[in-house]
Amino acid sequence: MADTEDAGASSVSEPLDLVRLSLDEIVFVKLRGDRELKGRLHAYDSHCNLVLGDVEETIYVVEEDDNEQETTRVSETTAIPLVSTRPGC
Amino acid sequence: MLFFSFFKTLTNQTVTIELKNDIRIRGILKSVDQYLNIKLDDVEVLDLDKYPHLSSVKNMFIRGSVVRYVMLPRSEVDVGLLEDATRREAANQAGKAR
Repeated sequence: MADTEDAGASSVSEPLDLVRLSLDEIVFVKLRGDRELKGRLHAYDSHCNLVLGDVEETIYVVEEDDNEQETTRVSETTAIPLVSTRPGC
Repeated sequence: MLFFSFFKTLTNQTVTIELKNDIRIRGILKSVDQYLNIKLDDVEVLDLDKYPHLSSVKNMFIRGSVVRYVMLPRSEVDVGLLEDATRREAANQAGKAR
């Protein structure tokens, strides 16, 4: 196929190409442990290590009230100027 | 190798590392290897009340796999350069895959 030749520059032929197109864009990342990050993507690699700038981290915790109803609420939102995170986090 | 090279450029900078067990450690990044294992000097554990057993630790080796975040000094990172390096690495990877 002809379009496999120029796969280097701008085409989308594998999943990480979509991540590449998000460089310098604000991305939303879900991590393990009910954590979410929102920030500008500055770097990634094939392991999905990431560098994000102006990050907002949100951690959700489940709390049980008196009726043993589980309610999820935002525990904490913190701002981090620049952070590198790893896969499996 | 991108992140390995990137962290190497940050040696002798002060970074804050958050581990997967929530401990946060600030220190001077002395070295890093291909697994992103990290050596820290002049270590200071944030929230020391919670982790008093770490109060006397001054140097650390941190296994890469237990790190959740590395918080970096913004002023020491050229994000434009980093994005270019990422694109180059992505192109290399694509070249290897074919």
